[in-house]
Order: sequence, then C-alpha cells, then structure tokens
Amino acid sequence: MPFIPHTDQDVQKMLDVIGVDSIDDLFDEIPEHLRAKPMDGIPEGLNEMAMMRVLSERAQQDDGALCFIGAGAYEHHIPAAVWSTAMRGEFLTAYTPYQAEASQGTLQLIYEYQTMMCQITGLDVSNASLYDGASGLAEAVLMAIRANRKSKSKKVLLAGSVHPLYRKVVNDIVSNQGITLDTLPLNTQDLCIEHEALSQFESQDYAALVIAQPNFFGTLEDVNTLTNWGQNHGMLVIGVVNPMAMAMLAPPGEWGDNGADIAVGEGQPLGLPLASGGPYFGFVCCKQKLVRQMPGRIIGRTVDLEGKEGFTLTLQAREQHIRRSKATSNICTNQGLAVTAATVYLTLLGFNGLLKVAQASHHNTNLLVSKLQGISGVTIRSPKTVFHEFVIELDRNVSEVIELMAEQGVLGGFDLTDYYAELGNCLLVCVTEVKTESDLDLFVDALKRALQEGAVKC
Amino acid sequence: MSTIPGDLKYLPSHEWVRLEDDGETVTIGITHHAQDLLGDVVFVEMPEIGAEIVAGEEAGVVESVKAASDIFSPIAGTVTEVNEDLEDSPELVNSEPYDDGWFFKMKVSDTEELEGLMSPDAYKELCEAEEH
Amino acid sequence: MLIFENGSKGRNATSQIPQNVSEDTNLPSEFLRTSIADLPEVSELQTVRHFTNLSRKNFSIDTQFYPLGSCTMKYNPRGAQQAASLPGFLSRHPFAPESYSQGYLSCVYDLQQTLKEVTGMAGVSLSPMAGAQGEFAGVAMIKAYHDGRKDFERTEIIVPEAAHGTNPATAVMCGYKVKEVPVRADGDVDLEALKAAVGPQTAGIMMTNPSTCGVFERQIEEIAKTVHDAGGLLYYDGANLNAILGKVRPGDMGFDVLHMNLHKTFATPHGGGGPGSGPVAVGERLLPYLPTPMADCKKSESGTVSYHWVDEKELPETIGRLSAFMGNAGIVLRAYIYAVLLGRDGLLRVGENSTLSANYMAKLMSDAGFKLAYEDRRATHEFIVTMSKQAKELDVTAMDFAKRLLDYGYHAPTTYFPLLVPECLLIEPTETESIDEIEGFVKAMIAIQKEAETSPEKLKGAPFTQPVRRLDDVKAARELDVAYQKVME
Repeated sequence: MPFIPHTDQDVQKMLDVIGVDSIDDLFDEIPEHLRAKPMDGIPEGLNEMAMMRVLSERAQQDDGALCFIGAGAYEHHIPAAVWSTAMRGEFLTAYTPYQAEASQGTLQLIYEYQTMMCQITGLDVSNASLYDGASGLAEAVLMAIRANRKSKSKKVLLAGSVHPLYRKVVNDIVSNQGITLDTLPLNTQDLCIEHEALSQFESQDYAALVIAQPNFFGTLEDVNTLTNWGQNHGMLVIGVVNPMAMAMLAPPGEWGDNGADIAVGEGQPLGLPLASGGPYFGFVCCKQKLVRQMPGRIIGRTVDLEGKEGFTLTLQAREQHIRRSKATSNICTNQGLAVTAATVYLTLLGFNGLLKVAQASHHNTNLLVSKLQGISGVTIRSPKTVFHEFVIELDRNVSEVIELMAEQGVLGGFDLTDYYAELGNCLLVCVTEVKTESDLDLFVDALKRALQEGAVKC
Repeated sequence: MSTIPGDLKYLPSHEWVRLEDDGETVTIGITHHAQDLLGDVVFVEMPEIGAEIVAGEEAGVVESVKAASDIFSPIAGTVTEVNEDLEDSPELVNSEPYDDGWFFKMKVSDTEELEGLMSPDAYKELCEAEEH
Repeated sequence: MLIFENGSKGRNATSQIPQNVSEDTNLPSEFLRTSIADLPEVSELQTVRHFTNLSRKNFSIDTQFYPLGSCTMKYNPRGAQQAASLPGFLSRHPFAPESYSQGYLSCVYDLQQTLKEVTGMAGVSLSPMAGAQGEFAGVAMIKAYHDGRKDFERTEIIVPEAAHGTNPATAVMCGYKVKEVPVRADGDVDLEALKAAVGPQTAGIMMTNPSTCGVFERQIEEIAKTVHDAGGLLYYDGANLNAILGKVRPGDMGFDVLHMNLHKTFATPHGGGGPGSGPVAVGERLLPYLPTPMADCKKSESGTVSYHWVDEKELPETIGRLSAFMGNAGIVLRAYIYAVLLGRDGLLRVGENSTLSANYMAKLMSDAGFKLAYEDRRATHEFIVTMSKQAKELDVTAMDFAKRLLDYGYHAPTTYFPLLVPECLLIEPTETESIDEIEGFVKAMIAIQKEAETSPEKLKGAPFTQPVRRLDDVKAARELDVAYQKVME
C-alpha cells in the first residue's frame, strides 16, 4: 500500500503485542452498524507513473496562454533559487514551530520576513502572515474595531475602489459579529474615491477607514489626504497595498501626517506562482501601539539560557490555544511555505531589484496603453497615471471579447461588468515586467480581431 | 505559602480590594497566589480612566507567557487611576502584588458592596483547598 | 547571523534584476516613495547559502520522526509536489476563462466527489484555507440554516471542555456564545451534562471524534439524538479523521457539517505552519449554504464533460467567499493527487494502519511503565501518556521529557494538550512510520526515564544538542523585538 511501510510480519508482530487477532478488532469501540461500507465511488489507486500521465494531461489543458489578467494576482518572474530553496524538506515538511529549539530555521526566517515587511510598509510590526490578502483585510478590520476604543459603533468605511472580492470576503467573514460596512462611493470618471462624498460620512462614528493603493483599477488614490481625513475623524486607517508597488509608491507608514495605522495586502507578487489562486499569503503590519490586537503568529528575538540569540513565538496569550473564546482570531496557521518563498525572493531582489521590477511593470503598462490609443471600439478609461493595471471600455460584450481573445491564446483581462456595471463594458488589463513588446503587440492584435469578429454589438 | 494581608477583601477569582482612607476609593490588584499561578507576568491590559465598571464584569486582562486571565471588578464604580508603571514593568505584579503591582483605582458608589466580598480567612481557605 | 548582517551596500543578485529600465515615471511625485526599504543586499549564492543553512536548523518529517499528536505528521509524497508543480497548473491565473481551466477544474471536481464518499456527506466545498477557516465556514452555515428558518433564538454553541481552542474562538467569530460541557474520566462526553445543557438556545455542538483525548466517542449516536432533538446541528472537527478513514464516516455518525484538514489526512506538506486547507462537507440540509467557489460539471449530448465554477449566482444562499480566489488551490491539488495515488483501498489502509501503529506504540509504552491517560480504552491513531507521577516524584515535567527527546533525535509529541490531562504527551505515530522508528522512540523514552531517575539535570537542562538551549520566553514578551533595527555606526 502506498507509503505504509509495514510488512505482513510487522503487522502480525504488532497485533500479537497488542493482543488482538486482527486490525478490525482495534475498531471494536465503534458500534458495528456504524462501520463504513467499501468506498466504491473512489477509483483504484494509481502508481506515480500512471498518476503523472493523468495529471500531465490535465495540466496541459490549462497551459500556454499569454496572460494579461491581474485583479489581485500578478505574473512576475520567479527566480529559480526561490522555490529550490523553499522546497527543501526541512522547510516543506516541518510544522508550526512550537518546539523552538528544533525550529530555529523557520523561526529566524519569519523574523527576517517580519523585518522585511515592516521595511516595505513603513510600519513597526508585522505578523507571520495570514491566509491571503482578502481574509487578511477581514482580520485587519476586526483588529481595528478592537483597537479603536474611542469608537463605539462597530462601523467601518470601505472605499468602493478596494478589490470587490476583498470587500465581499470582509463582509462574509465579519457580518456575523454585528459589524456594519459602509462604502465610500467611486468617482466613475477618475476611477478613484469620490472626494466630494467624504463630507457626508463625517458626522458618523466609524472605527476604521479602508483605502487601497494602487486601487483595484490600478489608479493612485490621494492617500495623504484620505489618511489625514480618516484620522481627523477618529478612524484608524487601513491601507490595502500591493507590496511590489511599494518599491515605487509611498508606503502606508508615510501616508499623511502620521501614517496609516495598519497595512494589509496580498503577498503573492513576491515570488509566488499564480497557481489558480493559492496558496498565497496575506501580510498585516501595524503601528507598535496596536501590536496586542494583531491576529496570527508573531515571532520575537530573545536569548537562550546561555545568553545566545534565538527566536521564539511570542505574545501567544492573544491566540486561540490560550484565550479560546476570547482570542484575537481563531487562526492558528500562517502560510509558512509561501512566506519562506517570499523571504527568499525579497532577499534575492533587494530594494533595488524590487524597484526595477515595479518600474519595468509600470513602463510596460504605459507602453500597452499607448499602443491601444486610437483603436476603433476601444476607449482608455483610466486616468494618465496608473501603476501596472488600467481600464479600457469596449464597444462590445466584454465576456465575449475575452473568449475570442482566449481562442487566440491571449487572456485579455478581468471583466468588470459583473462588479461595476456603472462603468459600462469595461475590461481591467494588467502588464508586468515579464511581457516583451512583441507580447504587447499580440495583445493588440488579438483584441482587434476579437472586436472585428462576430461579437455582438451592444 | 502565599501571603494574604489581613486588611484586604478578596474575590474567589483571586483579585484583592483595598478601601482607601478617603472612604470612597478602592484599589484593585491580584493576589500573591494568583501571580504564582500565572507565572511571570508580561502584560496587563487596563480599563480606561473614566470607564464605568459593572460589578462582576471584566475590567482588564493580565497575561503571562502561557496564560491570560481576566480581571474582574468586585464592585461597581468609575475608574479614576490606572497603574502606569505596569506598562514598562509588568514584573511588579509578581514581585509586589499588594504594593507597586496594583492595577487600578475606582471611585465606588456603594461601599457596602464590599461587605459581600471574602475575608482574608475565607480566601486563605480557598487557596488551601485549591492546592489539594 | 541575520541576513541583514550579511552583505554589502550595492551588492545584489544581478541575474534577477530587470535590465535597461528607465527610472522616469509620470506618477505624481507626492505619491512616490522617497525612503529606502532596508532589504538585504546580498548575492544569489549568499541568499541560497543563508536559507539552506537556516533550513538545517529545523526538525522536519523528512529528517526526523515527528510524532506530534493531533497534527498527523505523515510522509508528504514527492510525486504530489511534482505533479502539482506542472507548468499548466502553476501558470493558471485564478480568473482564467473556463476554456483555460478544464484541467484544474476537473481535479477540484474529482476531489469534491472523493471527499463526499470518504465523509458520507452530500456536498463539499474546498475553498476554506485551513482547519480554522473550515470551522468558521461550518459554524457560519449552521447560523445561516437557523436564520433561514427564522429561528433567531439559538445563541449558543456547545463545546466539550477537551476541545481544541479554535472551536470556542470560531463560535465567537460567528457571533455565538460558548457553553462548555465536561468530559468523563473515561474520555467520553458527560451525556447527562449535555442533556442538561441543550435547549431552544442551542445552535449546535462542535465535536471531534475520535476526540482530543485520543479515544472514540462511543455515545456519538445518543449525542446526535440529544442535540438534534433540541433543534441543534452537529459539527464535526476533522482534526482526527486520519484515525477512521474508510472505517466510519461522520455522515453516518449523525454529523450535519464538518471540516477536514487536508494537510493532515491527505498528506499535504505542513510548510512550517501552513499553508493548510480545510474543506467543508455538509448533509442535505446545509447544501444551499456551502461557501463558494466550487466546481461542477455538465455533460453535453455528445458526451463531452465540461467543468465550470459555481458562484453566488448559482448558489444565492451561500455563506459567501472566504478568499479572493479559490482558497489554497495548490494544496487542494496536492490532496487530490494523494487521493489518486492511494485510491479506495489505500485510503482504507490509512485508518487501519495509523490505528495499528498507535495501539502498538501505546502498548509498548505501557509495558515500559509509562502511564496511559485512558488505559482501559482502545487507542485511536494517537494516545496520551501522563507524566504526573514523574512530576510529583522526580520533579521532571512532560516538557522536560519533550525537550530531552530532541537530543535523542525525535521531535517531541504534543505537550500539555488536551488541557484536562495533567502533564500530558499526545503521541501520534501515523501510518507512514516503520515499526523500527516506533520502537526507537519508545527506547528513547525508556532511556530518558532512567535519566530522570538518576540524573534529572539531563532533562531539566535539555536540549543540549540543538542550535539553541531553552529560550527566554518572558524576555521575548516583555522586551518585544519583532523586527530587526539596524544599529547605526
């Protein structure tokens, strides 16, 4: 049987020592009529060679397209050293570092990760990561409500330019706790927060304000004004950021007069493959004064009984295994392996490399925007200044254009019509450093052909 | 053996209460026995000054490395002062639980509520029972 | 040495940095970064060497026997890692159109089917990203079910006192109050106390079976009847599913909803604390509430099968989304591959052999004089040894034994859980460890017991052979240092 080492003699020896006749006797505390019948719906097992053939065929079905979809998951070059290092068995097959003395590798790595994330976000403290950016935002919202003792409302204000699925996840996770989420409206012309609408929210008590930089459309928000506005009205400010963009853009810790209070986001751009959406990791960083409200694991540096430097899980009294029903969250994992890869990635790239990747993505994006100018049926909806995503409006049904482009091997972008019907027939397109100019030309050709072909005119 | 000063009142959840000389302020902390059970205290979360505390409800949290324990207020009142020294020196809870390791002070509306609390002798019995 | 103490200004892994990139930008200057993030400045070799050396400071399944109770530290097949890393799987964008998703979707669909079969439930969603998120999804579905019936009086979730800490924490995240019921000395739930605890306020009960005490809850049918009669639902925490795989199904025991830990039962790697994956399975009543996305398929008239995602439009009463995309998609894939490798007979052998190994190990420990916490019971896939006698007579604790085991080259079992057994070690050998490893561990325990009697300092000072000795956790918490600050010269 796969992966079970026992020989017949081993089994007999064990049964003899235990003093039973058969393995089935070991289940004699389970009422007889509850015992399971054979699982006929499950196929026979395959050996590794046969399995590889089946899986290769399936993997090939999904392979080979040129991808211009972003919307929260971005294709960047991943250095070979990232996963060859992260996949070492000692990282891959270790568990949560409860026995600190036998886990110094993982513990020191997470301490280094925490340091790097603090540097990137400009904040004081990072946790060891949460599941992903969206659920991380839900945890950040809960954290802000606990931490903002001046606010009694359990209300949070989310910008409409934050990723729509992040807002959905936040709603679905926090709504059972009596928390109200209100939306700051979108300016559909500029594709960012409608500043004129701010005043209508000023008289209400909100625990937190959530803004994104760059926002879901790739547009830059006036984070300095918004941060000051939120804090002046008693809110803690949560910044949702792309860590890659933070090499170019001012980080949350530097927003406004005092900096945002919490930064959260998706760690995937830092060395993680697209891989159908995960595993990725969510990062959360905050100001020092909020550390006791932080969810998830935190690693601290200390000394051993001989005074030698070492690393250990700290502030555990916040967590579920001690506080049980009063814990800051029920989370008990981090995305350890994903964080391992990201830490190696950040080390290889350094700040200079990260900046170059961000700049190259930004320039490629601008180049594609310029190539799309003047194409019949295509209107650039984004303002002139975007990071590495932009919005185009089409004179045809977006999902059909996407299908027609896919038939030409180009994944054209993310269909906005389901989430922002008010924008019309809009497509969100992303370009990163991995695209060459000829890739961009393929995009332009595929789009042109899709628009000319039989797509239904709206 | 834990020390149990004779001039204080106690709660079964191991807080102590002292009525101050002004006759309307009480000081609250945790007992020697409690700090012993918790181990090295690393953090104390205090109520806010001005907070209205209801008798029997949580007023704060005391944390050690491996445990966290709610601090219950024995009687109703308004918080007037918290021990800010504990922010930097939580170890005071271990070394001087009845002196510099106090948690917070409250102005109480009805000092008669104090009468319902445990006497030192009754608390001593409780601790001894727990140890067995 | 920290990576930040390595390196030199201006050094970098040149081969990884995009070339000929202009620094010009049309972005407004007030939004640009002016500070420098102090990241490492090292070469590619320095990077690889640093992290390779760090990895060598870890215990892991690949290097040591790791009998960590309740965590199912079994072998993680390399074939699953390799197949899940095929280019088509790695490069697929989560929002790729379905024409470029049939391969991945078919794996998701097939795993959903397998898990339905294994659990005896009617529907499965693979989107929760860990056990704790699966718990959240499960309890949120219980709440959605009661709310859907306009039954708003149910405000309590019952949890046995031996439960994992995530159970009460989850109930609170879903807006419930927690009521704990005691566990009897034989490890089963106190049924009388449960009967007294249920009522019109009961939304449900969260249970693990086999329980965290390492024994099978024999009264499960009466518990199910008691809770169901009161109008509540039964939640099954799948932490210990490995013990009963193929032998008894949660659906047949009367559970309405459950989560599984794929990183335990389906052998996906633990990765130093994650990523995990915590799919949920439900009975008929809760089908409308499953979290999205899920996979479904259609058969055309010509017989071709095509797969598609099920989202909010198709399942309007869903509790919604728990992640922006498709949970820990790559972990789901690895679990699927594991199921393909094992097949129906292999999955059955998991429950059988993990139970056989644990009972054998428990018997050896007991024969060697160690005290089993539930000695009159069958062990399941794990068992508990209590060291309270050693603590009392020799002044050495379960933690001292745990630390000394590291010196003997074994990862420690789970210590001090469940909380209701004093000085306990929770030991789970799993089905993939050979009899030699099991016997070697018991021999080490016997040797450590001798040391405890003759030279207890070898336990109290342990470990001696690891990169560090015992760490000062108090200093770590009082003088919080969670990010490196460069000392200015």
